[in-house]
Amino acid sequence: MKLKLVYFAWIRDKIGKAEEVVEVDQAVKTITDLVNWLRTHSDVYADAFTDMSTVRCAINLDYVIADAVLSEGDEVGFFPPVTGG
Amino acid sequence: MVVKVQQQDFDAGAELSAMSEGRDEVGAVASFIGLVRKTVDGKPLAAMTLEHYPGMTERQLEQLEATARERWSLDEVLIIHRFGRLEPGTQIVLCAASSAHRQDAFDACMFLMDWLKTKAPFWKYEETEDGGTWVAAKQSDDDAAARWK
Repeated sequence: MKLKLVYFAWIRDKIGKAEEVVEVDQAVKTITDLVNWLRTHSDVYADAFTDMSTVRCAINLDYVIADAVLSEGDEVGFFPPVTGG
Repeated sequence: MVVKVQQQDFDAGAELSAMSEGRDEVGAVASFIGLVRKTVDGKPLAAMTLEHYPGMTERQLEQLEATARERWSLDEVLIIHRFGRLEPGTQIVLCAASSAHRQDAFDACMFLMDWLKTKAPFWKYEETEDGGTWVAAKQSDDDAAARWK
């Protein structure tokens, strides 16, 4: 399954890029699976996703929780709790 | 609904006037302007940079407006939120709601700001003489949003 990943704020700083397209294993079904899959790929993801209580996720521009199911072509956003206004 | 996510500054007076111009039914326009503070924890702020998630920001703000319209009788809703590097003292956000009467306009404006703070995907990066840091989300903002449930 192909996914577009986008990162913001300190998560982008830690990962070192704003976006990327990844081809994930078939075993990756949910956001949690995706995070675990990324963690095994390199230390920068392991570092950025150390404490998931400080990370918020979106699929196709809507907030989702960690067990949300992914689909082919989804855009998945990872970012800290928001601080606008 | 007017949602503008933009780099450039805005003329709050002109924006607010436009909300009631030619509309006989509007009896109240309530508004909020957020500014970049000049200090952070007692230290002078050099600049604040606002980043956002293009597309998701507009989508979340439009959902907020829809929720506000379900709860209050509103004529118009306006949200302008800037991004990019902002100097101390400059405007960040303008939020306004118009209605026939003040209570709906006041309540909707406060609701929109409280929810914007916890839902709209913006992040602040503050620069002081000690360097730059991403601003952490505040529990008090979550509490402010929760009171509208």
